[in-house]
Amino acid sequence: MTATQFVFLLTGAVTLGAALLVVLSPRLVHAALWLILSLAGTAVLFVLLEASFLAVVQVAIYIDAIAILIIIVIMLTRRVMIRGEAQITRNWWLGAISALIFLGGLLVLLNMMPITAIDTPPTIADTNQLLEDLGRSLVDVDRFILPFEVASILLLAALIGSIMIAWPLSTRAEGEGDQ
Amino acid sequence: MIPLSWYLILAAGLFCVGLYGALARRNALAILMGIELMLNAVNLNLVAFWRYLTPNLISGQVFVLIVLAVAASEAAVGLALIISIYRRRSTIAAEDIDMMKW
Repeated sequence: MTATQFVFLLTGAVTLGAALLVVLSPRLVHAALWLILSLAGTAVLFVLLEASFLAVVQVAIYIDAIAILIIIVIMLTRRVMIRGEAQITRNWWLGAISALIFLGGLLVLLNMMPITAIDTPPTIADTNQLLEDLGRSLVDVDRFILPFEVASILLLAALIGSIMIAWPLSTRAEGEGDQ
Repeated sequence: MIPLSWYLILAAGLFCVGLYGALARRNALAILMGIELMLNAVNLNLVAFWRYLTPNLISGQVFVLIVLAVAASEAAVGLALIISIYRRRSTIAAEDIDMMKW
């Protein structure tokens, strides 16, 4: 077993274990902290896959923004569902069975795919060139400018929408008539 | 080196853990965390496919970036909805949020 394989197995085990603790841990704050560990494990896997920019983006967006946002909302709503109440639904076994069936189906499909036999990834000529190409392709009219613009409009809509939705009730404009 | 199948198996495991979390937890925040895990597994799959099959075409990484943007906006709107529901109903259990149930 080479060193890279050892690193992969270790990171994969930590990522999967942390993900399991996210869904099993009864305390929500602990679940959020395990989520951070799982996302960090994925960032390490991105480094192993030589996608360095994506690893940085993973840390900056997932860990820095999304996980911190989740923890803040947990703190804002922390008086409910902390202890005493069940954290899983009565039909949790249905969820477990469907997840297991899905996993089995995915593994069977993986077995049928010929490309999974690839052992060594092809070498990348120049990683710096690739990163530059990524930047250029996002603003190139012939390539990915449309998805890029759609994503920016989506982010703007989400920004305005979440501010509107989370606005305090008492200071909302009159005439909405719902309170 | 690491075979491609290892990445795919790990991503499949992560996706199914997230699926269980989204289906089985009562708390709306925990459901959101399960969805984040699933999106994360999909990203891992996309990057692995990009690296092993088409490392000189950048479209795999662009796809991951778009998924990240969608995940970020989904988390922001979802958390704003949870805060709003908590203010009005003092609960974030998914089964108690049934105003639209006919």
